[in-house]
Amino acid sequence: MTLRPARPLLAACALPLVLAACGGSTGDAAPSGDGAPERTVTVFAAASLTDAFADVAAAFEDEHPGVTVELSFAGSSALREQVLDGAPADVVATADEAVMADLVDEGAVGEPVAFATNRLQLAVPAGNPAGVGGLDDLGRGDLVIGLCAAGVPCGDLARRVLDGAGVEPAPDTEEPNVRALLAKVEAGELDAGLVYATDVRAAGDAVEAVDVPVGEEGTTRYPIAAVADAPHPRAADAFVAFVTTPAARDVLADHGFGPP
Amino acid sequence: MSRAAPRTDRRAAARPPRALVPLAALTVGFLVLPLVALLQRAPWSDLTELVRRPIVTDALRLSLVSAAVATGLSLLGGVPLAWVLARSRLPGLSVLRALATLPVVLPPVVGGAALLFAFGRRGLVGEPLEDATGFVLPFSIWGVIAANTFVALPFLVLTVESGLRAVDTRYEEAAATLGAGRWTVLRRVTLPQAAPSIVAGAVLCFARALGEFGATVTFAGNLQGRTQTMPLAVFVALESDRDAAVALSLVLVAVSLAVLVPLRDRWLRA
Repeated sequence: MTLRPARPLLAACALPLVLAACGGSTGDAAPSGDGAPERTVTVFAAASLTDAFADVAAAFEDEHPGVTVELSFAGSSALREQVLDGAPADVVATADEAVMADLVDEGAVGEPVAFATNRLQLAVPAGNPAGVGGLDDLGRGDLVIGLCAAGVPCGDLARRVLDGAGVEPAPDTEEPNVRALLAKVEAGELDAGLVYATDVRAAGDAVEAVDVPVGEEGTTRYPIAAVADAPHPRAADAFVAFVTTPAARDVLADHGFGPP
Repeated sequence: MSRAAPRTDRRAAARPPRALVPLAALTVGFLVLPLVALLQRAPWSDLTELVRRPIVTDALRLSLVSAAVATGLSLLGGVPLAWVLARSRLPGLSVLRALATLPVVLPPVVGGAALLFAFGRRGLVGEPLEDATGFVLPFSIWGVIAANTFVALPFLVLTVESGLRAVDTRYEEAAATLGAGRWTVLRRVTLPQAAPSIVAGAVLCFARALGEFGATVTFAGNLQGRTQTMPLAVFVALESDRDAAVALSLVLVAVSLAVLVPLRDRWLRA
């Protein structure tokens, strides 16, 4: 196995975590190559997985006593850059198959598995003060409209849906990630924004969804894969396998995700 | 000989102990290495094409305009505040100074959120403002300017305050005894003496405004040509087009250096 120059440093960073978790049952923690049990698995996940993966991680830890899941969330394209830069990730889960395909092409990850789907919804602040009724309204200049930036999965998805519907959007902001967009809808700063169904659910009462037909163009599949030179390869494989189990799927469904 | 001796002494005193030099060199290395890495990543062959793209030119124009307006507003409001901090004997002055310094240490994204709560469409002031006039501060260049001013103003206030403190008040007293009114003293004596610190403060303020990211993206949003400044364009481009992001960063570094290099001299002379 070839190590990148940064790897010893990264391993040193993870050491305190390993030591902190030491001194319990061995559980399912698999020994790694050098004989030390793997106590942590670092999961880089798309921002839209924030709440769901917190619960999935808890369920995984229940099944694998002694293993701690470290979660790091960012936009999928930011995740790609981080992994390509050699970030100490064991597992990466993106909101976009194209981003994962890039990682596969670069040899940065193993074989990806689709584990969930999500679809776009038109989010409006509680009570829909601007009276937004459909995708057409995203072309209205008098409303304050937000989309995700192009290049970010939710932004590319939104543009495909709007293209399909023949709507020329008039956005007032192109947010760098979906959570930033949702936050501005939630705060009532934006009259409407195209976000994921799971985001609308996570926002609770502060945000309502206007049902719009988004079809296949507005649906995204979430792939997950173990990172090629993961610091904890066995724990990484275990986590990837766990995410496709019925138990994990139930957790994901609770957060608004569809089956893959 | 009696004249020459103290001069050599002074020169010797100005020479730092040798041990400081390697540490200073290390510091320089730490500061410069990331810049070298940036240069090394630069797509030199495509650079001229990259920096002519609308995403770069729009962002550069927006950054320069909003930073300039923010600096102007900071001068207008910041110099009087610096004067109050330096000269008045108000109770709670240290609290006031801490408040004026807060944006320097606060994460800019917190500043942006606070600006939203105050001037956003559902904000304390923003909601009645929109109801009365239809004017919306976020998602416009005015939102960018507000965010820039909030974050950069303290650099001007603190610099000018220390400049005003260094002004010898005896000149002002002399002018006053000679019959000059308060405004005349301020205009003809105090401000000219504080001028180097005002220039230095304005330059620092402008440079900080150029680099503003967190408060801007939180408060003003991100739209090319309207609210997307250089730092926002870099952030978005990093997600999709790394070459463009590096090109944008180089332009930002060049502009910032062009602003800061002349400052050094003025600062030292002040």
